[in-house]
Amino acid sequence: MSTSQGLRDWLLSEEPTSRRQAKYASWYKGWLTLRSNTLAMLGLFVLTFLILCAIFAPFLATHDPFAQDLGNRLLAPGEGGHLFGTDSLGRDIYSRLLYGARISIYIVLLVVMVAPLVGLIVGTVSGYAGGWIDIVLMRITDIFLAFPRLILALAFVAALGAGIENAVLAISLTAWPPYARIARAETLTIRNSDYIHAIKLQGAGPFRIVTKHIWPLCISSLVIRVTLDMAGIILTAAGLGFLGLGAQPPSPEWGAMISDGRQYILDYWWVATIPGIAIFAISLAFNLLGDGMRDVLDPKEDNS
Amino acid sequence: MADQNVNQTGGRLGPPVPIWVRKSLATVATVAATILGLLFVTFMIGRVMPIDPVLAVIGERATQAQYDQTFIELGLDQPLLVQFWIYVTDVLQGDFGTSIRTGQEVTTDIARVFPATLELATLGTLIGVLLGVPLGVIAAVRQGSWIDQLARFVGLIGYSMPIFWLGLVGLLIFYGILGWVAGPGRLGIFYQGIVEPITGMILIDSALRGEWAVFRNAFSHIILPASLLGYYSLAYISRMTRSFMLEQLGSEYVTTARVKGLSEWQVVWGHAFRNIRIQLVTVIALAYANLLEGSVLTEIIFAWPGLGQYITTSLLANDMNSVLGGTIVIGTIFVGINIFSDLLYRFFDPRSK
Repeated sequence: MSTSQGLRDWLLSEEPTSRRQAKYASWYKGWLTLRSNTLAMLGLFVLTFLILCAIFAPFLATHDPFAQDLGNRLLAPGEGGHLFGTDSLGRDIYSRLLYGARISIYIVLLVVMVAPLVGLIVGTVSGYAGGWIDIVLMRITDIFLAFPRLILALAFVAALGAGIENAVLAISLTAWPPYARIARAETLTIRNSDYIHAIKLQGAGPFRIVTKHIWPLCISSLVIRVTLDMAGIILTAAGLGFLGLGAQPPSPEWGAMISDGRQYILDYWWVATIPGIAIFAISLAFNLLGDGMRDVLDPKEDNS
Repeated sequence: MADQNVNQTGGRLGPPVPIWVRKSLATVATVAATILGLLFVTFMIGRVMPIDPVLAVIGERATQAQYDQTFIELGLDQPLLVQFWIYVTDVLQGDFGTSIRTGQEVTTDIARVFPATLELATLGTLIGVLLGVPLGVIAAVRQGSWIDQLARFVGLIGYSMPIFWLGLVGLLIFYGILGWVAGPGRLGIFYQGIVEPITGMILIDSALRGEWAVFRNAFSHIILPASLLGYYSLAYISRMTRSFMLEQLGSEYVTTARVKGLSEWQVVWGHAFRNIRIQLVTVIALAYANLLEGSVLTEIIFAWPGLGQYITTSLLANDMNSVLGGTIVIGTIFVGINIFSDLLYRFFDPRSK
């Protein structure tokens, strides 16, 4: 008790004695602001829950998600020990949902590792270099920005072949331009500031300036944008899965599960409805958390 | 885009060419570059396809001689840049090649299916605007009230719900259980072929011809998918309207108007709303473009014979000409609407002159 009290005081101290303390203190204050936002906390809670479900899927699942049991197909929720019923091949929907969470989170993580990084590199190089490099890079960004995202992702997947990795690639290829715009805007405001000039006088090269001194300042606006984009990524991935272009059967991807249940919707509503609720829950959670993060990391933005 | 032009004009002294000419030329160049980029991307997609384009044309049982002949006929022996040039000239003449699936020109196919998408997206945007704009305005005027919370809630749900799933649930409830609307498709089977197409949009055609039974049937088919799409644009439009209005209501001329003793109605609609009209039009244009694209999944759910369904069916049949043709059409419209809203800003907003 007393140690946690001491930690709290150390974190909230008005006069930090080291850079590390100042850094942790600002994180802690951000966390306190986030914690006071009920909806954001709800989002965080749902998200943590889903991630735990994905991690512990083998322990939580009551059945093998791939085991077919044609004698018990299309059972209603609760019937025969199947919490959410069974699908058209007699597979347990509850267990498939758990394993499906792994796929959705896997896709989001991969896209989030690729797209913002590409955007960050393009945007900061463009903003820092200026001149014709800036014009060319921004023109390319504009071209990609002007494309319809889902359609382009469709065409990419069509060309590369269906599958999770290609879906990730397609989504990333269409998702990076907004990050490039944000990173460029941030870079333009930073590049002429005094501390950059000071570092330059100390002899730092452009590479060092961009990676060590500009990137860290772009991170927070990118993080907000990424959190808000995650819902969109999940929805696009689910849409691709629904069209049969994402994860391939028998993999329990949520969009593909909806597509499976589509033909039975009028008689066996749960087969298509329950995976949809899962998709809705995860993207709503990301949206709520994203809104809260924006309030914490970017107080000047109006939280509309 | 805009700041670049400012740099160009701000740097030098006034040249003999008037500013608006140069700005228009810059816009034309931007459009051309973007569309060329679009064509390049679709061209590259067509090249990296794992499907052999020659085999797709002549079938697997053709002899080597036939294969070689078609290979040359398709221009595949030319350098990549030459192939791209041929592709661009073909597309610019409206030639997207032949669809393997339907056996017709892709252009013909698209002309046949496009009105259905246009009809759906237009009605959807109409619903979104009629409900979204007032909702956004009221949410801004009564900031923090229950209606503001409602608007926020509606938006959040809209941003988080998979549209194809909402369509399925909508069908289940309103068609399967309640029976209020007609099921998938554009028209009931008894009403097909009655109305001679004029525009290809059944609602307009049947109204023009006075076939009200057909109109009613078509309406009961379109209302559910259109409301669904409308909901998505409502979420976006009301959110943007709210933030535009908040900006206006916080400015000093609004205080002046209030001090003058104008009624609240006058202040909100006569002053603040007047000033967001241009911004709003650009938002609506973007929402419309998004719906054209967003209708892909909706069309699948509702068996709507539009462009989205055309693209996806072709995709699953490995019919790349149709997929790329459809992508280019939607992409071009997208780019067109983007540029249009940009121009609108430039011409009607005195601050950007």
